[in-house]
Order: sequence, then C-alpha cells, then structure tokens
Amino acid sequence: MSDSLQILAADGTLVGERPALDDSALHDLFEHMLRVRCLDERMLKLQRAGRVGFVGTVLGSEAAAIGSASALAREDWLWSGLREGGAAVMRGLPLSEYVAQMYCNANDTAKGRQMCNHFQHKGSHYPSWSSVIGTQMPHAVGAAFASQSRGEKAVHAVYFGDGATSSNGFHSGMNFAGTWKLPVVFVCVDNGWAISVPSGNQTEGEYEDKGIAYGIPAMKIDGNDVLACRQAMADATERARAGEGPSLLVLKTYRMLGHSSSDDPTKYRSEEEVQSWREKDPIDRFEIWLTQEGVLSEGERKTMEVELTEEIDNAIHEQESAPPMALKTLVEDVYEDVPTHLKRQYNAFASVAERYGSATVGDGAFPL
Amino acid sequence: MANLTLIQAVNDGLKAAMRDDPTTLVFGEDVGPKGGVFLATEGLTAEFGEERCFDTPLSEDGIIGTAIGMAANGLRPIAEIQFQDFIFPAFDQIVSEAAKLRYRSGGQYTAPMVIRTPYGGGIRGGLYHSQSGEAYFSHTPGLKVVIPSTPHDAKGLLIAAINDPDPVLFMEPKALYRSVKGEVPEGSYTVELSTLRTVREGKDVTVFCYGAMVPVVERAAATAAESGIECNIVDLRTLMPLDEEGVLEAAKSTGRVVTVHEAPRFCGYGAEISAMIAENVIEYMEAPIRRVTGFDTPFPNTLEHHYLPDERRVLDAIEAVHSF
Ligand SMILES: Cc1ncc(C[n+]2csc(CCOP(=O)(O)OP(=O)(O)O)c2C)c(N)n1
Ligand SMILES: [Mg+2]
Repeated sequence: MSDSLQILAADGTLVGERPALDDSALHDLFEHMLRVRCLDERMLKLQRAGRVGFVGTVLGSEAAAIGSASALAREDWLWSGLREGGAAVMRGLPLSEYVAQMYCNANDTAKGRQMCNHFQHKGSHYPSWSSVIGTQMPHAVGAAFASQSRGEKAVHAVYFGDGATSSNGFHSGMNFAGTWKLPVVFVCVDNGWAISVPSGNQTEGEYEDKGIAYGIPAMKIDGNDVLACRQAMADATERARAGEGPSLLVLKTYRMLGHSSSDDPTKYRSEEEVQSWREKDPIDRFEIWLTQEGVLSEGERKTMEVELTEEIDNAIHEQESAPPMALKTLVEDVYEDVPTHLKRQYNAFASVAERYGSATVGDGAFPL
Repeated sequence: MANLTLIQAVNDGLKAAMRDDPTTLVFGEDVGPKGGVFLATEGLTAEFGEERCFDTPLSEDGIIGTAIGMAANGLRPIAEIQFQDFIFPAFDQIVSEAAKLRYRSGGQYTAPMVIRTPYGGGIRGGLYHSQSGEAYFSHTPGLKVVIPSTPHDAKGLLIAAINDPDPVLFMEPKALYRSVKGEVPEGSYTVELSTLRTVREGKDVTVFCYGAMVPVVERAAATAAESGIECNIVDLRTLMPLDEEGVLEAAKSTGRVVTVHEAPRFCGYGAEISAMIAENVIEYMEAPIRRVTGFDTPFPNTLEHHYLPDERRVLDAIEAVHSF
C-alpha cells in the first residue's frame, strides 16, 4: 500500500507544491468544478420533475473528473465512463448539447439513441461510453496505437470506476497498453462503490498495485484534491508524450449520492460513512484555499452559483421545446446506407401507423 | 395462494428453492444487501446468509465461469446477470463451456445451473438495457432457454429450471415485473419445462409468443374478437427444447399463424417457428405465416415504443392472415 498524492488537505491547507497556475487559471478550475456541481443538482431536479429519465452524478468527485482532465491537451482524447460529462463541458461540449443529450431530443448529436448521461463530443475527442462496463479500455489502447502510428502526440486518457477493474476490458486494456508501451493514461475513479458493492469487495489487492502486474507505473491520488489530480495527470501525460508508455492513476474519492437517480443507497451504506466524506468535499476545500490566496473573494462562490445556474437554465430552456427524433431515424445509422430490408421494415411500420394510428408511449421507468 | 407480481413470484421461487435444497446459492452483482436492481433477490441474504446469497466482483465472465465450476462440483448455482445486455462478457463461458460440458465429457461432468437475467424493452433503457437475446442462446445446443410470462409460471418454471440437470438460461421479461399480477401457490411447485401454455383458445388464427409479448398479443386478440376473429394464443414458455409437436398441432388447428417477439426479425425465434411449420404442416396452412418483430436495428431509446411490437402491429398481422 502506498500513500496517496495530496497537495491540498481536506481542510484546505496546502501540503504539497503550489501548482504553476496563475490566478485566472485557478479561478477557471474552480468555476469548472462548480459548474459540474450545479449541473448535477439541476439535472436531479429535472429528473424528479419527470423531465429526464436518469441521472448519474459526479457529485463529490468533481476534483477527480475536472482536476485530472484539466491537464489534458487539446489534441488528447478522453474515453469516458458514466460520470465524466462535466469534463467534456470543460473541454468544449456546449451546455446546450449536454442538456439535449439528457433530454435525448432531436438536438442530441447521438440522435436520442443513448440513455441519459452518455455524452459525446467529437470536437474535443470525447467518445461516449456504451454502458457496458470496461469495454472502453481496449478502445483507448487501440486509438493510442493509431495516434502513435501516425507520429501524433495525442495521449489517450481512459476513465472507469473501481467496479470496472474487475472487467475483462480492464485487464486486456492494461496488458496491451503495457506490452505495446502506448500513450495511455488509465484513470480509475475509485468512488467507493459499484452500485451497492463496496470497492473493497472488488479485489483483495490495492487498485494501484494492479499496475505492477502489467509493468505499468501506478499511483494513488487523493481524488478530492483537485490540484493533486491535475498534477498526477500532468505527470502521466508527460511520460506518455515522451514515449515512456502508459500509467495508471487511482483517484480515491466518494460517490456522495446513489449510483443514479433511481438508486437508494441507504439500503446498503451508513450515513456516518457518507458524512465522513462530506467533510472532505473537493469544492469546499478548494474554495477555502482559493479564498486564502485571494483568488476568490468572500462570498464569490454564491454569486458564481447563481450565474452558473442561470447559464444552465438558459440551456435547459432552449432545449425544452426541441422536438423528439424523427421516426425515420429508427432505421438510420445501422449501416452507412439504409439497406433494403430496413427500408421495407420501415415502410411496413409506417403503413400500420397509417391504418391504426401511431404507437403510444409506455410508462416503464428505469430501475437504476 | 398469494397474489403476486412477476418479480415477487421470482423472489418467492428463489426462496422456495433455497429452502428445499441447501446446495443452491444465488450470486451476481448487487444481489446481496441491495436485493438486486429490480429487487428479485430481496431478503435472500437476510434469510440464507452471505454464504448463500452474495455479491460478486463486476465480471459476468467470472460469475458464469465460477458457476460452472460450482455446478460441476455438486452445488446448484443460480447466477444473476443484471441485464441480459451485459451477458455478452460471459458469452464464451455460456456457449463454449456451460452448454458443452456434458457433451464433451461424455456425460462425466455436467453444469446444472440457472442463469437468471432480465431482458427486453419498455423501461427507457436504451440500447444496452433493453435487448432480447433469446435467439443467440436458443441457437446454442446444450443450453435450455426459458421465458415466463405470468407470476405462476415464473415461480414454477424457475423451480423446474433449478431442479433441471442441465444449464438453463432463465430470461425474465422486465417489462412485466410489476405490470402483471396473479395467483401463485405457496411453497414449492414446478411447471414442467418444454411445455406450452394455451393463453386463449380460438379457431381462426394461432399466435405464438412468449414473455413480455404475451399481454400485448392478448390485447390484440381481444380487439380482433370484436370483429369476430378468434385467436388461439400459445405462450411458448420454453424456447429450447421446444415442444415441437404442440406447436405443429396449434398451427394446424387454425391454418393461420402469426409469431410475435420483440427481438430483431432476421434469424429471430419466429423464423424457426415459421420454418418448422413450413417443413411439417404446410399443407394445412391457409395463409402465409406472418412475423411481428422488432426492427433489424439496435434497440432505440426515445423511440422504443415504435420499435416494440404493440397491439396495433399484432392486430394488423392477425387481420392480414385472417383475410388472406
Ligand atoms: C458489463 C456490465 N455489467 C453490469 C453493468 C451494470 N452496472 C452499471 S454501472 C455498474 C457499477 C459500476 O461501478 P464502477 O465501475 O465503480 O463505476 P461507478 O458507477 O462507481 O462510477 C454496474 C454493475 C454494466 N453496465 N455493464
Ligand atoms: Mg465506483
């Protein structure tokens, strides 16, 4: 077991090296974290109001997602899991597209085909996660192979949870990346839980020790410390860009809410445990330090929250009236061209609608 | 008798089997303290202890692989795969190992185990929480495939599957988990595998269906009856091994056949039924066989109600074969 990298302690004191970031960059970093928190809170409200079906929050782990991804360069790729949508926003995903994805409406670039919380943003090299745990890891490795084969400097960061370390994709991805010495950063966001299974029950070992078996340098990081997360990613990408191969970062944090909007975590974990992590909140601690440093003024967080929520509300407002996907998209994008058999199936379907009226929406709700 | 939902009947069936047979055990992702994401395993850890109902690491491959070993060595594992969409990491273990262990060992080693998994659409789960994979598995010799559509059958078939000497994939129609209710006997009982259930008798059109499509077909048949078309609805219940004689008899009895499933059309289960009828009793057919199915596309999200066969599409097919 190794100690974890920490720069900002839970009470906001600087215990490591001050990052080489100027005040405005630090302020931006804080704003990105706060925006994600506001987004999560707003989306949960929409879910409770029945406007969106499913929300998987990053609440409490904003430092892990934002801090680490903030060290990526423009040309780098971010292969996501369920909870990195905020990092996509930081890297350029417009809020309107974020909300359109949550609404799965006609403005959604994925044409409303994915469940909520499965974002993509081609402009910043952010493919969406399928839903199948662990599958994105070998993808990142193959894409890193492709980048390297063209002599490009792009690094591929792939995010996944503690649960995902048990998947086949984790092991084959790590093994291939190590063997081929590719520019990949494996980012394990250990948020304590895989739905109801505690992260200590996924493995008898330590997550960071899993690097050893694959010859991949690994490091444990205080995942609620935005500066440590950023520093660790900066070091890992530097190594990768220098041709020294992959790294594994284990960001130790906590999933403050349920697995998703439909999960009730009180069934399987104690309030004391949750409370102990509330005291390590990544935004609070960054705020304390930034205020001491004079980067944030007294009470500025409140004003920022109001502004960010307004910005989000505008995006929501804009998307509320967007139409659902057109029916013809049912048979599109299965292949490049719609094959004859699918045209036939669509026509038969349309003629039923002509005779009997259109299908009615069911009332099924997502359980998790 | 108790009036239970389908998910309660599954839960009841698991409890009954676990009370009867101390070698049974339940495991998978989130089946322990949480009781499963759909609550199928609620209360099992409390009643039977962590030794007999427990959570595993997040690996379907590991879940099924270890279940095979347990089964080969005297236990009766009942493994849960949280959604059938996530069974594919375990496809190798199911298809190459569980299904073939008896055959390749000349009967020396076997894998009597049950894999329970919710399948199908209707919960706005998008393309990875909605699929119907029965065709892949019915195509796998050595594996049995069972799909209940009522609480009574869910419990009785589940216990029969657990008692069965071969590996059984038990697919639960998640759309029906809470939407159907029915009388379920207390304690243990079985519904024999490889038997059909006549849902409704009728002389005009035979409709073959299973799982979540059964109530859809029932509604369509009720509407058809208003215009004088009487449907004979057959719930297949066990897709592999299928009661072929029963299917052929039911087809012959009306001479007009519709098959319904939500899985894609091409190489879907309806194609097998259709071929079976064409090969054996085509001389009794008064109309071409019609299949009502999902599209040959991935499962959509927002448009799922257009993808899923509904009363309109089933009725359209019933009327078409009737008026042919
Ligand atoms: C292959 C597969 N199995 C099961 C699931 C269901 N599932 C969705 S999220 C999840 C837990 C994931 O835990 P973790 O990897 O720690 O990520 P977190 O949700 O904590 O971010 C499970 C079991 C899935 N999506 N894919
Ligand atoms: Mg986790």
